[in-house]
Amino acid sequence: MNEQYPALLVVVPLLSALVVSIAGWVNKRLCFPVAVAALGMAAWSAVGLLLRVLDEGVIVYKLGGWSPPMGIAYYIDYLNGLVLPVVSIVALLNLIANKKGIEQQFPDKIGPFYTLYLLMVTGLLGIVVTGDAFNLYVLLEIAALTGYGLLAMGEERAPLATLNYLYMGTIGACFYLLGVGYLYIVTGSLNMVDIARLLPPLYQSNTVLAAFIICMVGVWLKMAFFPLHAWLPNAYTYANSAASSLIAPLVTKVMVYVMIRLMLTIFTTEFVFTTLALSDAVVWLAVIAIVMGAVLALAERNLKKMLTYIVVAEVGYMVGGAWLGNRDGMTGAILHIVNDALMTLCVFMVVGNIVYKVKGYAFEDLKGLFRKMPFTMGALVVGAMSIIGVPPTCGFFSKWYLIVGAISSGHYCFMAALIFSSLVSVVLFFRVFEICFYEPFSNHHGHDNHPGGMDEAPVSMVVPLLVVAVILILVGLYTGDIVNHVIQFAIPEAMV
Amino acid sequence: MTDLISTVIAKYNYWIYITLMMIGLYAMIAKNNLVKKIVGMNIFQTAIILFYVSIGVKKGATIPILEHGHGPDAHHVVHAVDYINPLPHVLMLTAIVVGVATLGVALALAIRIYNNYNTLEEDEILAQIREK
Amino acid sequence: MNMETIISIKPLLAILVSLLVVPILVLSGKRPNVREACTFLAAGVKFLIILSMVPVILNGTQIVYTIAEVIPGVAIKLRVDAFGMLFALVSSSLWIVTSAYSIGYMRGLKEHSQTRYFCFFALALSATIGVAFSANLLTLYLFYEMLSFATYPLVTHHQDHEARSSGRKYLLYIVGTSIGFVLPAMLISYSLAGTLDFSSQGFLAGTGSKPLIGLLCFMFLFGFAKAAIMPFHSWLPAAMVAPTPVSALLHAVAVVKVGVFCVARVLTGVFGTDLLFSLNLNVPIIYIASFTIMAGSLIALSQDNLKRLLAFSTIAQLSYIVLGIALLSPKGMTGGMLHIAMHAFGKITLFFCAGAIFVATGKKNISEMIGIGRRMPVTIAAFFIGSLSIIGMPPCGGFISKWYLVLGTLEAHQMPILFVLLTSSLLNAAYFMPFVYKAFFCRPEDSMFENKVQEAPAFCVVPLVITATISVILLFYPQPFLRLARMMVQSITGV
Repeated sequence: MNEQYPALLVVVPLLSALVVSIAGWVNKRLCFPVAVAALGMAAWSAVGLLLRVLDEGVIVYKLGGWSPPMGIAYYIDYLNGLVLPVVSIVALLNLIANKKGIEQQFPDKIGPFYTLYLLMVTGLLGIVVTGDAFNLYVLLEIAALTGYGLLAMGEERAPLATLNYLYMGTIGACFYLLGVGYLYIVTGSLNMVDIARLLPPLYQSNTVLAAFIICMVGVWLKMAFFPLHAWLPNAYTYANSAASSLIAPLVTKVMVYVMIRLMLTIFTTEFVFTTLALSDAVVWLAVIAIVMGAVLALAERNLKKMLTYIVVAEVGYMVGGAWLGNRDGMTGAILHIVNDALMTLCVFMVVGNIVYKVKGYAFEDLKGLFRKMPFTMGALVVGAMSIIGVPPTCGFFSKWYLIVGAISSGHYCFMAALIFSSLVSVVLFFRVFEICFYEPFSNHHGHDNHPGGMDEAPVSMVVPLLVVAVILILVGLYTGDIVNHVIQFAIPEAMV
Repeated sequence: MTDLISTVIAKYNYWIYITLMMIGLYAMIAKNNLVKKIVGMNIFQTAIILFYVSIGVKKGATIPILEHGHGPDAHHVVHAVDYINPLPHVLMLTAIVVGVATLGVALALAIRIYNNYNTLEEDEILAQIREK
Repeated sequence: MNMETIISIKPLLAILVSLLVVPILVLSGKRPNVREACTFLAAGVKFLIILSMVPVILNGTQIVYTIAEVIPGVAIKLRVDAFGMLFALVSSSLWIVTSAYSIGYMRGLKEHSQTRYFCFFALALSATIGVAFSANLLTLYLFYEMLSFATYPLVTHHQDHEARSSGRKYLLYIVGTSIGFVLPAMLISYSLAGTLDFSSQGFLAGTGSKPLIGLLCFMFLFGFAKAAIMPFHSWLPAAMVAPTPVSALLHAVAVVKVGVFCVARVLTGVFGTDLLFSLNLNVPIIYIASFTIMAGSLIALSQDNLKRLLAFSTIAQLSYIVLGIALLSPKGMTGGMLHIAMHAFGKITLFFCAGAIFVATGKKNISEMIGIGRRMPVTIAAFFIGSLSIIGMPPCGGFISKWYLVLGTLEAHQMPILFVLLTSSLLNAAYFMPFVYKAFFCRPEDSMFENKVQEAPAFCVVPLVITATISVILLFYPQPFLRLARMMVQSITGV
């Protein structure tokens, strides 16, 4: 059984998507338990895999018994061993939390919704687990296509925003495919490990350079790295809350994973940081991404859209960290994949709860929420602290590594950008808190005249949210273990 | 100059694909009609598919089916030069499927947009959104 | 100097007591008596836990406890030493008194959201003790930020427009400086030294260039804006919109003292006296602190709102502590540390009095309080004692800390500073004494108060009598605090 975890991870959600779509015709109430069971199984396998990796090191799993480079192999090392549980657990928690929301929003589309949801998770898990460059493209498109379907189910403006995302997403994926094509021309292989073995003599070749840059641009498009971010805010804002709280935490983070995989495994650090002299330029781009993300977020008077710009800024954190070219920066970037997935999930789930109760997420809809929804707002406070970077929440520690990396590589501008973004986040979130806390204003000094009591979202939405909030703090406290036992081995020793 | 021309001519098929890609990209950026944009996207994807197909082609080679793959004399040496590389073509089968699926989703979204706004011209849609 | 250390969970318990009581407070929100009994219980238990560690510390032993190893070389770690113990004793003992006072004040004014108030008060105390017991800069920063955010709902308790603008100012100064200055300074220090653990001679010596060390020093000094060193002081008068018990405990004791405590810790534990001496960094700090003392006292003179007057007086008094540490002479440092305790008891008395007057009469401005001494003699008598302590006159504890500070300036050969200290004492007298005089000595017909005005409720009056009494006692029996301060100074300077 635990020999088959890598396959189960992808196959179970895939098959259950089929089951769910059939179940949707028979009895809608069957969909949810099947989906939860499937994602529970996936999460179980992912955690099992991580434990096995910790135990035995890198695992190679040959799909159907075909050995690479002919067949497709799944490689599970410390890097994706860490990302897999995050993806599956985030998807599972979000699924449980949004049961009521989905029933409220799409009473007659429950079956299709869960089918798309499961397929999307299949795609994301596949991207992370696969060791084949072309296979990655296919899974990328599976995740993207289902994502378009999910995002388009939303407000009136959702289809148009999604269509814009679709153009950009398709261009991004095509660029990636083109880059892989170049790699295939020079190496004749699609297996990542194989390519990495064949490439070193070709590092000076222009084709390899072109392949790398084209792949990177494609991946950056997909992760909404500034200035390629224009599709993201609208697409995520107008989508339904279940979809946006699945996609916002996961898609950009998985794409950052792909970028790091390209940098570390396929092209190796020697090529990326020694042969290419791009590092400084990319870090500067990341600085601009962080600053612009923060500034654009300030301009929004709408909670959900504000959060989407924060996602754009956070992508800048990770890209910048990975390109600093030292161990601390890379550690920070990988750690931030985990942390940012969790904290973005936390804040988007909060938006989900608010939408469920208040039917809106503009700032003026938020008045008096601390009184009405204390638990939801409590979780928002924890999520906000993590995004601001206040210890002991996890966001602080990834920022720590990123800043230490910036200092030791001499990129003080990157450090300044991170600090700036923290300060802006304080403003962003306390502006929200002010509205939730003060308004409606009390008429005269002090005395109790607030109307209305508590009107919290259902327990099934609040409990997963609080779980996420607690995880944010626990991950923060266990940062030392995560870095020492996992991330340390994910980064090649050549990188100092 | 002659060098440039000769390189262009020697790999004329790749230059055609690049032109196609640019046409697709142009349509996606510059066209106002959503369906035209979708068509542009499809041209873009097709260019990449053609590029892959070209990778696998060899002059004078044949399709990679071994005529005597079975039977008593099956174990003779295969001259790889005689056969085209099948792998890129196989991959492109998948890519074509992906392209078709993307096109389908895009058109479905266009229909939804048309139902909402009664038009497919982007500027008119944006004007309607701004009015609200 | 090698100190004996023992590992014990007690410091963690001392922090957790008030953290764990929060859910109980929330659940008992509907029954105020249970809720307030719980607050008392937590305050008492916390005080006892801290008290139980005193003999160990006085023996010259340190108590350490590691919570989590979060980053290689840096753990979230607690360590109790003499200085931390001094501060923890002051704030935990005053929490008990303030709890009683809060009950009288909040019930007397029928304030809203009292449960929230007591919860965040407990949280703030956890953070304060956490700062006192931090073993390294990261832990210090963690609890410092926790305190910033936990006090925000307390400052803005009234939830009106004024509270919101004050809350903004509060966050801007406190959080802005801590993220903008302390965080990068901490990370640069970590990059330089590879550790953040406080040590008696600092860990930055010999790591960075002179200008960099100097820059770090000022980033820390101004980054801990809770110390209200000018020009980062104006959050404190703004924060006076909070209910008075908050101003009393947090903005006379816990929060502001956390600020100066952090500054003192960083100057001694991160830079170390030798490094500061060799780079002559202490001189600018001394002058900045002196400026703050003079400017704060002068502004206080012109204030009519009693709480704002007290706020500016606090700004000035806090810089005494920074000044004492920055003198880097044994006597001066002893005086600075001792002033944490002495000023705390004196200033909290003054705030309690201001709150009691507000509860009894609804008045906030000094000009409206003529003749109040006749109606509220106990309160104003306590105010008199408190102000004597702040001025630094016998028979109050403030005299001792000022005495040490004066000796410190002589020891450090800083004559101008001696002049600053004496002038500011005069200024202190100049802004406190007219109020006391007007309160007591006025013609009956000038009195602004009817006969029906009486003392505030017992819950308000008893605490301020207690703190005033302690202020007096501290002159005759400063032993516990004095010994702790001396021990700390000895471990730093070896004298």
